[in-house]
Amino acid sequence: MNFRAIKVIYLNEMTRFWQTLFQSIASPVISTALYFIVFGAAIGASIDSIEGVSYGLFIVPGLTMLSILTQSISNASFGIFFPKFTGTIYEILSAPLSFFEVLIGYVGAAASKSLILAAVILITASFFVELQIDHPIWMLSFLVLTCITFSLFGFIIGLWAGNFEKLQVVPLLIVTPLVFLGGSFYSISMLPEFWQKVTLFNPVLYLVSGFRWSFFEVSDVSIGTSLTMILIFLGACMAIVAWMFKTGYRLKQ
Amino acid sequence: MNPIISIDNLCKTYDTGFEALKNISLDIKEGEILALLGPNGAGKTTLISAICGIVSPSAGTVTVAGKDIINDFRQTREIIGLVPQELTIGAFETVWSTVNFSRGLFGCKKNEAYLEQLLKDLSLFDKKNDELRALSGGMKRRVLIAKALSHEPKILFLDEPTAGVDVELRKDMWAIVRKLRASGVTIILTTHYIEEAEEIADRVGIINNGELLLVETKDHLMASLGKKQLILELNEVIETIPESLTQFNLELSPKGSSVTYTYDTTEEGANIADVIHSISEAGLVFSDLKISQSSLEDIFVDLVKEVA
Ligand SMILES: Nc1ncnc2c1ncn2[C@@H]1O[C@H](COP(=O)(O)OP(=O)(O)O)[C@@H](O)[C@H]1O
Ligand SMILES: [Mg+2]
Repeated sequence: MNFRAIKVIYLNEMTRFWQTLFQSIASPVISTALYFIVFGAAIGASIDSIEGVSYGLFIVPGLTMLSILTQSISNASFGIFFPKFTGTIYEILSAPLSFFEVLIGYVGAAASKSLILAAVILITASFFVELQIDHPIWMLSFLVLTCITFSLFGFIIGLWAGNFEKLQVVPLLIVTPLVFLGGSFYSISMLPEFWQKVTLFNPVLYLVSGFRWSFFEVSDVSIGTSLTMILIFLGACMAIVAWMFKTGYRLKQ
Repeated sequence: MNPIISIDNLCKTYDTGFEALKNISLDIKEGEILALLGPNGAGKTTLISAICGIVSPSAGTVTVAGKDIINDFRQTREIIGLVPQELTIGAFETVWSTVNFSRGLFGCKKNEAYLEQLLKDLSLFDKKNDELRALSGGMKRRVLIAKALSHEPKILFLDEPTAGVDVELRKDMWAIVRKLRASGVTIILTTHYIEEAEEIADRVGIINNGELLLVETKDHLMASLGKKQLILELNEVIETIPESLTQFNLELSPKGSSVTYTYDTTEEGANIADVIHSISEAGLVFSDLKISQSSLEDIFVDLVKEVA
C-alpha cells in the first residue's frame, strides 16, 4: 500500500474545505436555521408532536440526512470529476497507486467532510431544540456508514459523468426528491395507506428511519431492516467500484 | 547492458477503432537521451502514455528496469517522471504544495531540501508560494517539470517540452536535461521539431502513423542517410562539364559558375580527393569550396515520403 499517496490525496482534498471554511460551515448553518424557522417554527406550531416527539426535534435526523446525502455525493463526485475534466488526473494515473488507494483518498475525504457537516448541523439544531440522542453509538454508526456509502456512490457518479450537467443530475433530480419523499420531515404513518406502500420502495426511507430511531426510538421500519438496507447499498456500491477497478472504467483509454 | 525500457510489439487501438500504435518494438538504453520524432498525430503521446500507465495497451508488453508495467506497476512507475504535453495543472494550490503533493503521490518521504533545490534549478523558488493559476504558461511548464522530478525519477519523459516555450525556458530546459543525463537519468522526449532532436538527442526514433520507422544514433542516422555535398565555386563560367569528369556525380549550376558533387558517406567509390584532383586535371580552377550535410529534416522528409 502506498500510504503516503493516500495521505496526500486525502489532505489535498481536505485543503479546499479548510480554505473555504467559512462557506463550508456558514451554508449548512444557514440552511439548517432556515429549515427550523420554516418547518419547525411556522409549520411545527400547528403540528403538536409525532409519536411523542415535538415536530422541531422530529425533523433533526431527516434534515441531517438530507444534507449529508447530497453533500457526500457532490463532494465525492466533484473530487474525482474535476481532475478528469482538467486533465490533471494524468498524474494520479501515472503514480504508483492502485485504484483502491485513489478511492480511499477521495472517498475518505468526502466522507470526512460529510461527518464534519453533520456535526455542524447537529450543533446548529441544538440552538433551536433540545437534542435527544438515545443511542449515540448507533447514531454514529449510521452516520459513518451513510457518509461512506454515499461518498462511494458519488465517486461512481464522478467517474461516470462526462460533463457537469450529469454531475448535478443525480443529487438534484434523484436524491433530493427521494429524501423529501422518504419521510425526512414526516412519519410515513401520516400518509394514506397506498402511499405508505409506495414509500417502502424509497431506499432513503430506511436510512432516515434507522437514523431517527437512534435519536428517539421512533422509526417507520425496524432498525434491523434499516441496517440491512444500508449494508446492501454499500455492498452494491463496492461491487460497482470493484468492476470499475477491474476495467479501468472511464479512467483509462 | 540491459535496456532500461524494453517495448515489445506494443499496439494500441482506441475505442474509436483507431490504431494509434502498430507493433512498436524499441529498446531504450539506460542514461541516453532518445528523441521520438514525428508529425502531429503520429502516436508519440500515445506511446508515452502507454508506458506511464495512462493508456492501457491493446497488445504487446513493456518492461521498465526488467519489470512489467502492468504486473509490477508500482516498481515501474516509481522510477518514471512524466511532463505532459498539455499544461494540465491545478489552479488554487501553490507551487510548493503541488510539488510536495507529487512527491507524496509517488510514495516518497518528505524532502524539503531536495525540493527547494529543484525549484531553484528551475528558477521557480521565488514563486514558491504563488498560486498556480497566477503563473504564466512558461512558469506552468516549469512547475510541471518540477512535479515530474519531485520523486527523483530515473527515467524522465518530456512530451513536446518546447511547444510554445520561449527561448529562455528552452535554453534552461536543455541545461536541465543535460544535467540530468550527466547524473544518469534516461530521458525520452518527443518533438515534431527536427532541430530539437538534432540538438540534444543521442538517438532518434522516427514515428509516423503509429509505426516506428527507424531508430538510430543521431550521428549514424545523419551519416548513413545523410548526403554530403561538395560545392566548388569556379573562377570561370563553363557551359558543360568536361568529358573526363562524367564518371563522377557532378552537377553544374544553372549559371555555370559552380559544380556540385553529391556523395553518400557510406558508399564505396570515388573519394573527395579523387574528385578534386580530377577537376584540376580537367583544367577547371575553383576559388572556393564548401561541404554541406543534409539535416535531420531532409532525412525525415525523405523517409516519410518513402513510406507514404
Ligand atoms: N482518446 C483517443 N481516442 C481516439 N483516438 C485518439 C485518442 N487519443 C489520441 N487519438 C488519436 O491517435 C493518434 C495519435 O495521437 P497522439 O498519440 O496524441 O499523437 P502525437 O502525440 O504524435 O501528436 C491521433 O490520430 C489521435 O487523433
Ligand atoms: Mg502528442
